[in-house]
Amino acid sequence: MTQFIPHTDSDREAMLDIIGLKRVDELFQDVPAAYRFPSLNLPPAVSEMEIVNEVQALASLNENTHELICFLGAGAYNHYIPAVVDSILRRGEFFTAYTPYQPEVSQGTLQAIFEYQSLIAALTGMEVCNASHYDGATAVAEAVNMAYAVFRGKRNKLVLSPALHPQYRQTVQTYIQNHPISLVTNDEGGLKEHNLLTDSEALIPLVDDQTMLVIVQYPDFFGRVYDYSMLAEAVHAAGALLAVAINPLALGLLKPPGDFGADIVMGEGQPLGIPLSFGGPYLGLFATRKEYVRKMSGRLVGETVDVHNQRGYVLTLTAREQHIRREKATSNICTNQGLIALASAVYMSALGKHGLRQVAELNYHKAHYAAEYLKKIPGYALWSDAPFFNEFVLICPEPAEELNRYLLDKGVIGGYVLGQDFPTLNHCVLIAVTEMNSRAEIDYLVELLAGWVDK
Amino acid sequence: MAIEPLICEFSVPGRQGVRFPAPDVPMAKLPESLVRANLELPEVSEVDVVRHFTRLSQKNYSVDTGFYPLGSCTMKYNPRVNEDLARLAGFAYVHPLQPVETVQGNLALMYALQQVLGEIGGFTGVSLQPAAGAHGELTGVLIMRAYHHTNHDDKRDKILIPDSAHGTNPATSSMAGMRVIEIPSDKRGNINLEALKTECDDTLVGLMITNPNTLGLFEENILKITKLVHESGGLVYGDGANMNALLGIARPGDLGIDVLHFNLHKTFSTPHGGGGPGSGPVGVVEKLVDFLPGPIVDIIGTVESEDPDEDDGAPLFGFVVPPKSIGRVKSFYGHFGMFVRAYAYIRMLGSDGLRKVAEYAVLNANYLRVRLQGTYLVPYDRICQHEFVAQGHWDDVPDIHALDIAKRLIDFGFHPPTNYFPLIVPESLMIEPTETESKETLDAFVDALLRIAEEARTSPEMLKSAPHNTPVGRVDDVKAAKDLILGCPMGGKEVR
Amino acid sequence: MNIPKDLKYTQNDEWIKVEGQTGLIGVSDFAQDSLSDVVYVELPESGDMFNKGETFAVVESVKAASDIYMPVSGEVIEVNEVLTQQYELVNKDPYGKAWMIKINIKEPSELDGLMDAAAYEAYCMERQH
Repeated sequence: MTQFIPHTDSDREAMLDIIGLKRVDELFQDVPAAYRFPSLNLPPAVSEMEIVNEVQALASLNENTHELICFLGAGAYNHYIPAVVDSILRRGEFFTAYTPYQPEVSQGTLQAIFEYQSLIAALTGMEVCNASHYDGATAVAEAVNMAYAVFRGKRNKLVLSPALHPQYRQTVQTYIQNHPISLVTNDEGGLKEHNLLTDSEALIPLVDDQTMLVIVQYPDFFGRVYDYSMLAEAVHAAGALLAVAINPLALGLLKPPGDFGADIVMGEGQPLGIPLSFGGPYLGLFATRKEYVRKMSGRLVGETVDVHNQRGYVLTLTAREQHIRREKATSNICTNQGLIALASAVYMSALGKHGLRQVAELNYHKAHYAAEYLKKIPGYALWSDAPFFNEFVLICPEPAEELNRYLLDKGVIGGYVLGQDFPTLNHCVLIAVTEMNSRAEIDYLVELLAGWVDK
Repeated sequence: MAIEPLICEFSVPGRQGVRFPAPDVPMAKLPESLVRANLELPEVSEVDVVRHFTRLSQKNYSVDTGFYPLGSCTMKYNPRVNEDLARLAGFAYVHPLQPVETVQGNLALMYALQQVLGEIGGFTGVSLQPAAGAHGELTGVLIMRAYHHTNHDDKRDKILIPDSAHGTNPATSSMAGMRVIEIPSDKRGNINLEALKTECDDTLVGLMITNPNTLGLFEENILKITKLVHESGGLVYGDGANMNALLGIARPGDLGIDVLHFNLHKTFSTPHGGGGPGSGPVGVVEKLVDFLPGPIVDIIGTVESEDPDEDDGAPLFGFVVPPKSIGRVKSFYGHFGMFVRAYAYIRMLGSDGLRKVAEYAVLNANYLRVRLQGTYLVPYDRICQHEFVAQGHWDDVPDIHALDIAKRLIDFGFHPPTNYFPLIVPESLMIEPTETESKETLDAFVDALLRIAEEARTSPEMLKSAPHNTPVGRVDDVKAAKDLILGCPMGGKEVR
Repeated sequence: MNIPKDLKYTQNDEWIKVEGQTGLIGVSDFAQDSLSDVVYVELPESGDMFNKGETFAVVESVKAASDIYMPVSGEVIEVNEVLTQQYELVNKDPYGKAWMIKINIKEPSELDGLMDAAAYEAYCMERQH
């Protein structure tokens, strides 16, 4: 018998009999004979015991952030995940449930997502939040989609901050490749260092009456935090929309974009209780103002009542979605990140108002402590004096790749080598410090970098 | 069951669940003008969080509690061992941007998954990056368009889609900047060849086809169809949602499909999670390999052994970006957590097991079809594959609709079948049992449907007022759309 | 089924009331009935120009989001703002308070291709089977 298939021989025979066939093969008469029943060259089947051994061996070939000291961020962060999060996710009623199209038997999922929508709206200072996109990068691409729909194609200029995560920019470029959208960024044909040093006001001259959307990041890819109020005013004066890509953990401390005029807030929700998991599955946060809700893609859970006048939850505004609107839908998204959104709702609830502020502050203080001591090492300097949250760029005396090889030898994962995306920054590294880095670990990093210079 | 309050309704000022240690470093000065004044999140204890979400979970139907005959969703059993494996420290705690030497286990697994999916589908190249089926579709359409663009064939902007297709297909085509032409189906449920022929011209990017289609029928003219499209210079995109019927039975790549997305959360047992996450890897034939989204995993060298007695030559895995890549379609490499689960599943089955999956999925569907077809109209008088469509309507009781049958099924302990598509069968009930359901479950399901058919005549109000024993009754979705309450304050003030 | 005699109709269930050079456009009783409860209406802006057959509005119900097409070509000179707040008027008063747009008719000869009340009634009867 085959794993997971319950049929016995007599089951099969009885069923074939009812159907009126003699052999299972006869079910496949419509398949062209020349290509029917190919032999697949796959490794032989193994039992559960054997696959556990094999896969565990693969896992142990890796070095992970619980064994090594991690100072790497750049869009995915090593944060503490409280045990309560996974204990809820492992409930079969949540993880083996389907999309809640039948509300009578899906109130668990629906209410959990309604709470997630509310929590993210509160965190970002926005009015409505959807039930998730795939990740931060695709959420940014969907913001472009949405802005294009809001202006019904009458405006087609897109302004991207050069300090947007390179992977977000690349994803947007993939999504817009066959559309008449022109991408504007203040880099004059290449990301020049002096342009990266300027703050958001540098984008204002690029905004005009053909602009549909301006996208900035908060904190930006280099960890810097800016007040975007002036930019928001200028964008709105031109009749355009402002989208802000956020780190939700930073919003435990920082002013939310809803307060300074953002029209759309997107972000990577991984910091909210989601394991690093080598890049996925993560969580695309997406929130906007109520006036734009019908142009927003993705599922939405709404509150209503049932026939007994009891409060209940249901997927709403579904007529916007692909299965009804088809080629006129804003987006094709169907499956989302449901279980991951649930995880973040549990995380946000378990930490709550106080816990989220506490963990944000730990990140802030530890990163500033690290920056303070690293900049003092001869040969090193901070690239920017702008305020920052938990990441900052360190200028190093030697190419950053060599530095990181040295650190790895000593059991430390170094920061992100910026030269791979920004050629003029090849002596620079983006260091992230989180609540998972103890003072001793930070001191060790400082000691190592100081020691390396002396060699 | 009682109404479960919202999490904010448990909030009491000063309560906190998870606590963190005090800073072990000196506190830096906060940027006052950028610090938020307040944070309106709930203040609840950990036990409240656990009880709240546990009680919520108890209101859900799930594969773990019962049968989901949802057509095109492939709601098969989600193996428990997969959940353990995905959570191994060596997988869960690895940062995507770590140096490749430190993640060889992950890269080896991804490489192996790329290989086995390619083998199963008949494809030369595979990218695991797309996050879901629809994402894979977008990737595939962009690949097709990029291929034509490279051949300076920019006149091509048309995508053909059968009228039975899932809504993601036309939505994807628009998203990719293409225009959509719908191709009708014929009386046997196949694509109308004449209509297809008319549209096969030099403006054709490609045809998006689902095979078996959403009626559960194997395209009888599949070879003719792919040949027609290729002869006009177009490409064929395969929607792999229905792959459960093809495992070890036929390889889409052999049948003329040039690019296909897999749904790991359907065919390959990764859980549905209440709506996601999924995973939609894309497979392509030789001529499209250069266009795949990157990075993908490849062997970039050999590992030099530190032990002088050991042979060199173990492959060193790394990331490469195909030379004419359409670009990345999301951050990082795709849903790695789902790769672990799908890989373990495929290995536990092997080629023989995968073929059994298809055989029993199709056997189960035909068993249901034959047992129901006297009582419910099954419009296509053919052997079906892994799913079939029945009509949830009878002329003698015109007031009863598929929706009513669906809701009454809930009272019998079953999740309803899909009943919002395919659009070409009115009042459709699309039924896909999958191979992990036993004959006993199928018989109980048939009995329930036969009983409901009887009730439709003898006591229709039982259907109209269904479901009866669920946490909520039928909900007012007009009110939901009109009032649009999409959230509430989370700060613990009285919200009603 | 209410089908006022003084209007012209399209195969997609729009009606047009011609008043000299201008026309008032909305959706018919048959349309609102098949849509069931309307929850949203998206209208164009004054000054927008559309050709015959182009989508100028979207009417959303719980089941569907239907495109509304121009019966004839023209420029939008007035938009029924009330409708953007009170969507249920489409169901309650499709020919009166739920008019959608007023246009300057660009090509009066296009009116000849539309159905009169009798033809439209026959068309509705045929579809109800």
